[in-house]
Amino acid sequence: MDNYTLPDASGHYGPYGGRFVAETLIPALDELNQAYQEAQADPEFRAELHSELRQFVGRPNPLYHAERISRMLGGAQIYLKREDLNHTGAHKINNAVGQALLARRMGKKRIIAETGAGQHGVATATVATRYGMECLVYMGEEDIQRQSSNVFRMRLLGAQVAAVTSGTRTLKDALNEALRDWVTHVDNTFYVIGTVAGPHPYPAMVRDFHRVIGDEARAQCLELTGRLPDVCVACVGGGSNAIGLFYPFINDQSVRLIGVEAGGLGLSTGQHAAPLTSGKPGVLHGNRTYLMEDEDGQILPTHSISAGLDYPGVGPEHAYLKDIGRAEYVAATDQEALQAFHQLCRTEGIIPALETSHALAHAFALAPSMRSDQSIIVNLSGRGDKDIHTVAALEGIHL
Amino acid sequence: MSRLATMFADLQQENRAALIPFITAGDPSLTVTVDLMHTLVASGANAIELGMPFSDPMADGPSIQRASERALARGVKLRMVLEWVREFRCSNSHTPVILMGYLNPLEAMGMATFAELAAEAGVDAVIIVDLTPEEAHDETALLKARGIDPIFLLAPTSGAERVRTVRELGSGFVYYVSLRGITGAAQSNWEEVLKRVRGLRQELAMPVAIGFGIRDAETVARVAQGADAVVVGSALVEKLADCQDDQAALRVAHSFLQDLAAVTSNNRSAS
Repeated sequence: MDNYTLPDASGHYGPYGGRFVAETLIPALDELNQAYQEAQADPEFRAELHSELRQFVGRPNPLYHAERISRMLGGAQIYLKREDLNHTGAHKINNAVGQALLARRMGKKRIIAETGAGQHGVATATVATRYGMECLVYMGEEDIQRQSSNVFRMRLLGAQVAAVTSGTRTLKDALNEALRDWVTHVDNTFYVIGTVAGPHPYPAMVRDFHRVIGDEARAQCLELTGRLPDVCVACVGGGSNAIGLFYPFINDQSVRLIGVEAGGLGLSTGQHAAPLTSGKPGVLHGNRTYLMEDEDGQILPTHSISAGLDYPGVGPEHAYLKDIGRAEYVAATDQEALQAFHQLCRTEGIIPALETSHALAHAFALAPSMRSDQSIIVNLSGRGDKDIHTVAALEGIHL
Repeated sequence: MSRLATMFADLQQENRAALIPFITAGDPSLTVTVDLMHTLVASGANAIELGMPFSDPMADGPSIQRASERALARGVKLRMVLEWVREFRCSNSHTPVILMGYLNPLEAMGMATFAELAAEAGVDAVIIVDLTPEEAHDETALLKARGIDPIFLLAPTSGAERVRTVRELGSGFVYYVSLRGITGAAQSNWEEVLKRVRGLRQELAMPVAIGFGIRDAETVARVAQGADAVVVGSALVEKLADCQDDQAALRVAHSFLQDLAAVTSNNRSAS
C-alpha cells in the first residue's frame, strides 16, 4: 500500500465506518465535519494545536530505548513511545485538546464525554477547565468503582461525573448515555468522543489528533536507529492509541503493525473484549465495525482486567486494516498483561497502565524470535498509577 | 392498496388522525404481546408499533430501555417477535403493524431473510432507528421488494436536503421526531412542531406521524390537529411495566388507550 487515503467522503473504510445514528444528530455531524475540515486547513488552528501540545501536554515525548528488557529478552530492541509522560498520563489528552479547541472554535460552551478507565474523562475534564467550558462525563457505575481515583481527579478538575446504570454499566453504556445527552442538547453541546469509533467524522478526526504519536515515533526511530522499526505494537480497545501510532506507518510496507486486544480470561472462555480476533461485523454506536455480539445481534458483555479495553466494538479503520491484512490483531489475556506489567515495573522503572500492558505482553513474547538488530516500537499509551488498586487487590493487598 | 394506505385514506374520510400505540415485544410478559395488540386495536388503536428489543437502544429514554432489557432477559428473540405478528394476523387482517428497532439484530438475521419473514408474518412497515437514509439503499430495496414500507425519521434539525432524500427513499409515512432528545422526554412547544409538520406534509407528499413527548389525551388532541398519525410510546410502556399480571396489563392498556382514541379527530375538512 503506498497511497492510503481513507476514509472516503462519507466516512467509509471499505465496508466499515459510516453513520448509523438517530436522525437528530445528522446535521450536528455535518456541522462538525465541516468545522473540522475548515480547522484542519486553517494554519492558525494548526499552530494553536501545535503550541498547546508543546506547552500544555508536554510534547514531543521520548521514544525510549528499553535496553535492559531488550537485553533480558535477547532479541529485538524494544522502544517505548512514552505517551505516559503526557500531561494527565496517557495519550488521550492529544485528542481532548484537539476536540476542545474545535469546540471553542464552534462556539460550544458545554462539552460531554464518555469514559471507561477514566483517562479520557480526566483528559476531557482537564481541557474543559483549561478552556473555561462546562464538562459532564458519563461513566459506567462498574467503572466508577474500579477507577475511583480517576473519578476523584475529574471532580477535582471541576467536571461532573454521571454514573450510568443501564445495560452492563460499563463503557458501552456510557457511550449510549452520552449519545442520548448529545441528542437532547445538540445545539449547545460538543461531544468529545474518546476513541476512533462512533459516526463519521469521529474515527478520522480522533485518528488525526493522535497521529502525532506515530509522526513523532517515526522521526525519532529514524534518528535513533537510522531506519524504520520492524514492528509497531499497541493495545486496542476502541483503538485510538493504536491508530495514532499505526497511521503514519501505513504506507511503509516493511513495518508490521500489530494491535493487541484484551483476551480477558482467554478467548475460549468468552470472557474477553476482543472483537477483531473473535467477533464479527455489525453496527453499534454509529459505525459498522467488528463487534462482540451473540447470534441474535445483541451486544455481549465484555471482560477485561483493564477498564479501558472493556468495550465490545473497535474503530472501523482497524476493522478495515484487519480485512486487507495491513495490520494484524492478536489478544493478550489478563494474566499475560499482569505479568508484563510487573516485568516493566521491575526492569525499566516504569509503571505502565494495564491497557498498555497488553501491548507489552505481546511485544515481550515476540522480541525473542527476532534479531537483535531489529526493533519494535511499543506505544506506552498510559501510566499505571490509576491501576495500582486493581493490581494490589489481586494480590490481596488493600491500599 | 397497502394496509397503511387504506388506513390513512379511511381516516382522512373521517377527519381523524391515526392513533399508534407503541409497545415493546415481550413486555410486560412473554404471554401478553398478542393479546395486548388485539386489546389496543379494540380500544381504538389504528395501527400498532411493536418494538424489537435491542441491548443498546441509544435513541430511547429510560422507560423503553428498561422494557427492552426486561424483554431480552425473558429471552425475546427477533423470530419470536415475527411469530407474534403472524399470530396477531390470524385474527386481524386490517390493522397495520409497524416494527421498530435497531439495525444490528436485523443484520444478524440477514436483511433479506428478515424482509422475507416479516412480509410472511404480515408486517407492514419497519422503522430502523439507527439506519440513516444515506446508509439505507440496499436495506430499503430489500424491504420494498417484499411490500414492506421503510419508515424514515425526520427531526427538528433536519434540513431541506434530508427531507428530499427521505421523500425519495421512504414510503408509507414519515415519522417526525417532535423534539431534540430521546423517547420519553418532554416537549413543550407544540405550536412549532405542528407548524413544521404542516410544511413537511406538503413537501413529502406522504402522511406524517408525530412521536416523542406525547403522554396524555390533551397532547394527543392537540397533535392530531396537524398530524396524520400520533405515536404514544413511553407513557404506555411505563403503565404496563407496573402491571402485576397479563390481565392487569390488558385492563391498563384498554383504559389508557380509550381516552386517547376519543380525541383524535381533527378540523381538517379537506387536506
